[in-house]
Amino acid sequence: MYKEVRKEKNEEVLKPSKNNQSKEKYRRNLQGLLDELEIKDGMTLSFHHHLRNGDYVLNMVMEEIVKRGVKDITIFASSIFPCHSPLVDYIEKGIVTQIIAAFISGPVAEAISQGKMKKVAIMHTHGGRVRLVESGDVSIDIAFIAAPTCDEIGNLTGNDGISACGSMGYAVTDAHFAKTTVVITDNLIDKLDDIEVEGKYIDYIVKVDSIGDCKGIVSGTTQITKNPIGLKIARLTTDVIHHSGYFKNGFSFQTGAGGTSLAVSYYLKQLMIKENIKGSFASGGITGYIVDMLEARLFDKLYDVQCFDLEAIRSIRENENHIPISASKYANINDDCIVNDLDFVILGATEIDLNFNVNVTTSSTGEIMGGSGGHSDTANGAKVAIIVSQLFNSRIPVIKDKVICKTTPGETIDVLVTERGIAVNPRRKDLIERFKKTNLPLKTIEELKAISDSLVGIPNQIHFTDKVVGVVEYRDGSVIDFLYQKQ
Amino acid sequence: MANIRRSMLFIPGNNSGMLISSDVFDADSIIFDLEDSVALDEKDSARILVKEVLKTIHFKSEIIVRVNPFDTPYYALDVEEIKQSNIDLILLPKATVESVIDLSKRLEGTEIGIMVLIETAMGVEQVYNILDASNRCYGLMLGGEDLCVDLNCKRTKLGQELFYARGRVVNAAHALNKFVIDTPFTDIYDESGLEKDTLFAKSLGFDGKASINPRQIVSINQVFNPTIDEINHAKRIIEAKDRALKEGKGVFSLDGKMVDLPIIKRAEKIIEMASKIGLIKGVLL
Repeated sequence: MYKEVRKEKNEEVLKPSKNNQSKEKYRRNLQGLLDELEIKDGMTLSFHHHLRNGDYVLNMVMEEIVKRGVKDITIFASSIFPCHSPLVDYIEKGIVTQIIAAFISGPVAEAISQGKMKKVAIMHTHGGRVRLVESGDVSIDIAFIAAPTCDEIGNLTGNDGISACGSMGYAVTDAHFAKTTVVITDNLIDKLDDIEVEGKYIDYIVKVDSIGDCKGIVSGTTQITKNPIGLKIARLTTDVIHHSGYFKNGFSFQTGAGGTSLAVSYYLKQLMIKENIKGSFASGGITGYIVDMLEARLFDKLYDVQCFDLEAIRSIRENENHIPISASKYANINDDCIVNDLDFVILGATEIDLNFNVNVTTSSTGEIMGGSGGHSDTANGAKVAIIVSQLFNSRIPVIKDKVICKTTPGETIDVLVTERGIAVNPRRKDLIERFKKTNLPLKTIEELKAISDSLVGIPNQIHFTDKVVGVVEYRDGSVIDFLYQKQ
Repeated sequence: MANIRRSMLFIPGNNSGMLISSDVFDADSIIFDLEDSVALDEKDSARILVKEVLKTIHFKSEIIVRVNPFDTPYYALDVEEIKQSNIDLILLPKATVESVIDLSKRLEGTEIGIMVLIETAMGVEQVYNILDASNRCYGLMLGGEDLCVDLNCKRTKLGQELFYARGRVVNAAHALNKFVIDTPFTDIYDESGLEKDTLFAKSLGFDGKASINPRQIVSINQVFNPTIDEINHAKRIIEAKDRALKEGKGVFSLDGKMVDLPIIKRAEKIIEMASKIGLIKGVLL
């Protein structure tokens, strides 16, 4: 049921209609603006995560809001990182009572797992976040948008400035739909030409000394793994792509920024050159390795919702074929989204079960440490969704009888590639038949699990209380699993 | 015992993470090392760990254990413990005629073979006699690093300093119908250097090459793999031979050239190798 692209969009969705042409958007400081905005109990405040673990804005805003003695605040952030640890204190004090995000890691995730938050966390997908807003399920009272560069009428971009982060795809929804939208920038200029979000959606502008720590915003350069096991998995994954039947001129591709995923890009580039195959587009979070492929004309276009490194930021600034896209265009089920046109996506897993269900939300011991992000969006959209993982890591196996949390349904996962063999979802008989004609080390997922169990054993069952601390939403808004407090 | 030894991968005997994953890198042979990669204060733990790993895990590759040299106090202990395990070969460092005879005696009653490591100037000069010292001795590896220390010369990427030793050990091994493995290429970041060095070893007559890093195995295997052209040519020779047999011809030609027994044997070896490593089935992976 998940693999079909929704052709009929029966759901009525909201459309952005804001047109704020005021020339008086600038405010001298955040304190004054928050006084003017009259922050109330029960408000929903939104933030984007393009500054990742270098973000200063969420903490800076919340520090001021807490001073105003409000409570029952919902944080609707596209992702939460370890740098947002001050939220833990606010959660414990009942100031923040709910977090809704696609990805939560660090101390905030730990606090939620420990049952400290008053309401349950809602963990959606990147595409699901847009759907939540468009459908009216989440109504943003104030969006705080960290902007690396902004002009006097509120046009903004992530491509320039000391805190440049590249594409600002996750901020677009917030700007379009929030009742009030505030831009917080450390680079206010007179007039911006290269616009990612138009000023008509912006109500207020505040300039601060710094919106983030550059070291946390981008990684500088991301490198392919040196781990020989990761490299073997990457080579096998490239072979899977090669023999899948979808590797032909015009194919499309997405991979993440993990060391093994980057190694897949590296080997895929070599294969494309050798076989003289050119792709149509690569998408997603973009790294320098994917930029290399664009510049080598191996792909026609890059659709970029988020830049992962400095090379990606340089490219999106300079190359017209490196195109920033919104989270809606990226993965919203009610939009003509890019992920639905993908041929291949390379994804990771903390756990995968015998039905190919994947957990990327919790650790293998059950604590929240991530979330779907675009995992289940891309798995749903792509023709071949490939999970790459070591069969075990430090004695912890990846294949379980049942995953602790079903982040991505097994119906949408096609292939698991490990260092000791490749398992194809039995639903994909076409791929199995193709791979049988090659030397790919084809095994069933049960066989791979047996190998793993024989080497590292079966871990003890993890026990939880009955208390639900989080709800995991699929991209269409349906509840796919619950997260429980640990015993 | 395997007869395809394109690549031999050294795994430190005291590294449990590498030991458990040692057969995922597609090396034809794995060498669990108790010697150079194991510090003196870990000799016992490495020996115990390797023994336990061999007891617990069934490896698909050929298994070799490098024991400590004959003149060290660890040698006898290593051999005594390891010979109880299910392994194919013991790699004897700094081999001499005397040490091969000793090891051979110690291995009586087992099916474990000996592979000698030729890594001294005397070892190179004596290589024929060392290889011939025991029926249990199936082949050799050249150890370039230690040899260069003994020769008082610098080990270089070009490897001219090893030219004599390489030629000598290859000749001795083939004279005795034993296998011969080249020394590792130690710069793990130089992929093209590795390929050149491996191609050179293959051109001299080495059957395979040792490696100290799993990342080198794919490149080494590829160099020693028969090429598609070689496989196709070998197939045609075998087909022509089969036709000649049917027609009762003792001698036959292909493409205007006489095909004699050594050519047929070489063709059969190529087909056997290509089948075993899966190249006949379909695409090279």
